[in-house]
Amino acid sequence: MAVIFSKPKALMDATLHYCPGCTHGIVHRLVAEAVDALGIEGRTIGIAPVGCSVMAYDYFACDMIEASHGRAPAVATGVKRSLPDRVVFTYQGDGDLASIGLCETVSAACRGENITVIFINNAIYGMTGGQMAPTSLVGQVTQTSPYGRDAKTQGMPIRICELLASLDAPAYLARVAVNSVANVRKAGKAVLTAFRNQVEGRGFSLVEVISTCPTNWGLTPENACRWVEEKMIPFYPLGVYRDKAADGKEAAK
Amino acid sequence: MTTRTIMAGFGGQGLLFSGKVLAYAGLLEGKELSWLPSYGPEMRGGTCNCSVIISDEPVGSPIVTHPDILMVMNEPSLDKFEPAVAPGGFIFVDSSLVTRGVSRTDVQTVGIPATRMAREMGAVSLANMILLGAIVAKLGCVRTDTMPAALKHTISARKADLLDLNLKAVETGMRFIKGEQT
Amino acid sequence: MKGNEAIAEAAIRCGCRHYFGYPITPQTEIAAYMAKRMPKIGGTFLQAESEIAAINMVYGAACTGRRAMTSSSSPGISLKAEGISYLAGADLPALIVNVQRGGPGLGGIQPSQSDYFFATRGPGHGDFHVIVLAPASVQEMADLTRCAFELAEKYRMPAMLLADGTMGQMMEPVVLPEEAVDPDDVMKGKTWTTTGTGMKRPHNIVNSLYLKPDELEKTNLERFKRYERLAAEETRWEEYMMDDAEICVVSVGITARVSKNAIVECRRRGVKVGMIRPITLYPFPSAPIEAAAAKVRCFLTVELNMGQMSEDVALAEKCARPVRKCNRVGGMIPSADEVAAAIDRIAKEGR
Repeated sequence: MAVIFSKPKALMDATLHYCPGCTHGIVHRLVAEAVDALGIEGRTIGIAPVGCSVMAYDYFACDMIEASHGRAPAVATGVKRSLPDRVVFTYQGDGDLASIGLCETVSAACRGENITVIFINNAIYGMTGGQMAPTSLVGQVTQTSPYGRDAKTQGMPIRICELLASLDAPAYLARVAVNSVANVRKAGKAVLTAFRNQVEGRGFSLVEVISTCPTNWGLTPENACRWVEEKMIPFYPLGVYRDKAADGKEAAK
Repeated sequence: MTTRTIMAGFGGQGLLFSGKVLAYAGLLEGKELSWLPSYGPEMRGGTCNCSVIISDEPVGSPIVTHPDILMVMNEPSLDKFEPAVAPGGFIFVDSSLVTRGVSRTDVQTVGIPATRMAREMGAVSLANMILLGAIVAKLGCVRTDTMPAALKHTISARKADLLDLNLKAVETGMRFIKGEQT
Repeated sequence: MKGNEAIAEAAIRCGCRHYFGYPITPQTEIAAYMAKRMPKIGGTFLQAESEIAAINMVYGAACTGRRAMTSSSSPGISLKAEGISYLAGADLPALIVNVQRGGPGLGGIQPSQSDYFFATRGPGHGDFHVIVLAPASVQEMADLTRCAFELAEKYRMPAMLLADGTMGQMMEPVVLPEEAVDPDDVMKGKTWTTTGTGMKRPHNIVNSLYLKPDELEKTNLERFKRYERLAAEETRWEEYMMDDAEICVVSVGITARVSKNAIVECRRRGVKVGMIRPITLYPFPSAPIEAAAAKVRCFLTVELNMGQMSEDVALAEKCARPVRKCNRVGGMIPSADEVAAAIDRIAKEGR
């Protein structure tokens, strides 16, 4: 019988602990597919964050490091500067990357650190039980915004791709979603580009993945995907915010 | 034999530098030594001093409480350190900058118009080296012929072209003492 | 050579090629030295965005088996505490230099030893220790830097060089080792590093997360077994004029140097005083202090803090003899005269 679908080699044969309908599993797979496609598993080192994907180190087959909350880009910098020919990626959530670790994120991007950052934006703190994230939408009800996020007192959500696009150094910034088959395909391409950029030495690449959290959003998986389409994407427009390779800026040098 | 020196004045007068030259001369002569700067938030213009110890034995504390030699380039430093000088010690004063006399009678005072002499040489910033030359010539805590090598090592690459001028200033200080002695 | 520069050069000579730091007085000479040298020898000097980032960069570099270091002064070390705890939890060797200044808060920039508790009890959350070394000369700034890297690797734990501002700023002659350690050689033989599997081995994970309490307990117990071995094999101290001493000064760093002058002065007057100078603060040299308690009648700790080490002295000698204090804080340093006076007071009590 022909095998038409199989697990990427760069994923361990482990049962993921994620909730039903959570899109972490899809993104893990996209990362593993990119690693397989480029044949870089043996020289890839991943950095797991603090958050729902804290145990990502058990799922990826490459060498893995667990970082403290928000510091993955600094840890990745230390690894990359020690072993410049290795491929180093961080996998971070919105609280990790856009709140407590914002300084590390912006600074690594500003240095043009040659690493790949996979940023899961699901507008909520999942692991601690559904608190407001820096990316929670205005009006969104969470455990710590029980009356809905109030822009007056809790501020506006942060758009990371747009923020980082104000910097000169980043090589690639893209926002994708994984709420539909078509979007998953596009997301896969973006993740692959972000890894290929590093292999080719282009510098800092970040893919923001609009993800779901059915458990803490209080929605069914299907409705969660719909919520992404109707609420998240209008505020967080999908697209490529920076692509130096495509712009031919590199070639023009 | 142990010589404890404090060099004090305003930041920017090159006090840390002249202390380093003295310390390095000690090193070249195979002596034990230490050099300790005061440090503060003011890079220039604030009060500044360094302590140098040159000894035939290992140096205990690098902190100088009772200097055998005090070199002062402003009045506040004289006010501060004059009472601390060990009896029988020496105070070298830049007499173009410090107008008041030394009141202690149990120490020897050497007044040198170093800043005026440096200005005559074309660079007021050499006053520290004139005083250093005078100290070495007067007290022999290090040999006078060690000074060129000590200076050459201490001066930064950025200011290497000023080596000869610095040497001249040291020699001017030495000559001042010789003239005084004859 | 300045003490701070001696640390930097010694680190380079023992194969450290990765320095991450953030400017703070009075240790900036270390960063400045590294900034100058590292690019010329294929190393990395990176001025991080914060102390927190710097220690986490050290964490990343340590994961690869490289000899990596950061340096700071007291307020900056507070910020590094998180990272130091993670280094300890993941059993990673690394060097943290703390050239202490007065505190708490922003404090001052003059010399201090007030991070003694912070360093020796465990600088961060959780049950752990770091190796703590206290240099008392520019030569020791260099020698203990090398020692710190070697012990950190041997026992797989972070090491801290705990100096005071005076040690960092002062200049003394120093002899550095001629042969240099190859920065790639130090990576060899470390089976736990994350350098890429090369598709030749199962993946390595560097981690400090253990959600099962029994597993986490096991890692803690194993770590403390290592600390016991460290204490048994690596505790270091210097004894000075202790043979016939009736009074024992205990002091480290600049105050040990000042105390030496005071001891020489008091000996001249016939006072039988000596000194035990701890070189490792963790592990603390309890054994020689306990042994000294059998022959001296009083201890005197001379410190730039309110008497933090004096508690360890009292614990070590099991309160068999009184422990007097001679201390200055806030950046003030006791003069040799002050220490000699404190010794004389004890000597008079005895008559």
